[in-house]
Amino acid sequence: MKMYDLIIIGAGPAGITASVYAARKGMRLLVISRDIGGQAAWSGDVENYTGYQFISGPELAAKFEEHLRRFQLELREGETVIDISKDGEQVVVRTSENLYQSKTAIISSGKSSRELNVPGEKEFKNKGLTYCATCDGPLFLGKKVAVIGGGNSALDAAIQLMRIARHVYVINNSEELGGDSLMREKVLAAANVTVYNHTRVKAVLGEKFVGALVIHGKGSEEKLGVEGVFVEIGLIPNSQFAGGIQKNEIGEIKVNSLNETSAPGIFAAGDVTDVAQKQIIIAAGEGAKAALSAFNYLVQHKFSS
Amino acid sequence: MDKKVKIYSTPTCPFCIRAKQYLKDNNVVFEDVDVSGNQQAAEEMVSKSGQMGVPVLDIDGEIIVGFDKDRISQLLGL
Repeated sequence: MKMYDLIIIGAGPAGITASVYAARKGMRLLVISRDIGGQAAWSGDVENYTGYQFISGPELAAKFEEHLRRFQLELREGETVIDISKDGEQVVVRTSENLYQSKTAIISSGKSSRELNVPGEKEFKNKGLTYCATCDGPLFLGKKVAVIGGGNSALDAAIQLMRIARHVYVINNSEELGGDSLMREKVLAAANVTVYNHTRVKAVLGEKFVGALVIHGKGSEEKLGVEGVFVEIGLIPNSQFAGGIQKNEIGEIKVNSLNETSAPGIFAAGDVTDVAQKQIIIAAGEGAKAALSAFNYLVQHKFSS
Repeated sequence: MDKKVKIYSTPTCPFCIRAKQYLKDNNVVFEDVDVSGNQQAAEEMVSKSGQMGVPVLDIDGEIIVGFDKDRISQLLGL
């Protein structure tokens, strides 16, 4: 079986930046990812990535990909990693289709949308209920929609949707909206946005497609007629496959300042880790650090094979 | 390639971009239908696929929801 120097799991900002650094170091590299661009590709407007005063998430992700594809590297797109473990000095990565061996690995598998876990959510997924305003938002032109959540990703979705939909209801379960004040002000100033604070979603209703939401406010239950539901209630780390590696209480992989995990030779970077602040630019920087740490590990370790 | 390939997409959806790139990389001629702001096309997509997620591919009447590379390559013999 082929022995790689480095396997990078995930191709979001962290994984792509790590790939660029590793490729430039001449490492034998394999990148395995379900998609390219990660959460950056699903973001709306990005106004805090240095060098771009304004760029959309999909455009920034396309720039990242362009940079990645400059290098001759092996890319397995669409494969899902199901296990990573150490076998002696080697790292073994198992996917739904294959088994790979490497001297080092970087886990940069990011985060995925958290689900509501209410009746109707599974039935109406892609039938009006979605986790990606950037992707599916344009289909709701002139319709009434609801955004579930009150943080930055919910505000981002609301800002995208208020330009498309007839009316946007923001269903927020805490006392007040969170997120950045600039985004909050945009949402609160919009004439076609109504914010429901301290309100929970109880169920998603409809026939073939979403027709309404049942929401529960302060002591009262209400039926809200909407054709679109955008779930933006936060994220969970994609770290389930890394069973033997130490994580924090919310499942994020623990790393030190060199991006080392509890398993020697396995590094981690970006939103899947417990690093403070989840930002595109931070994930990218962490990816660079992880690649350099992996390179140093290769230089410092004698491998028998 | 004789099969008629149509892709319903929005300009901002990452998997639409990936699906279109995949077709281009394999020299597949296809019609790209942007359903954002085109109500009629959007309804056509919804009625064909029974759902509202993009992308949707129509390969000679066979409907594929999402960027399902395996099914696309199978149907197109890639």
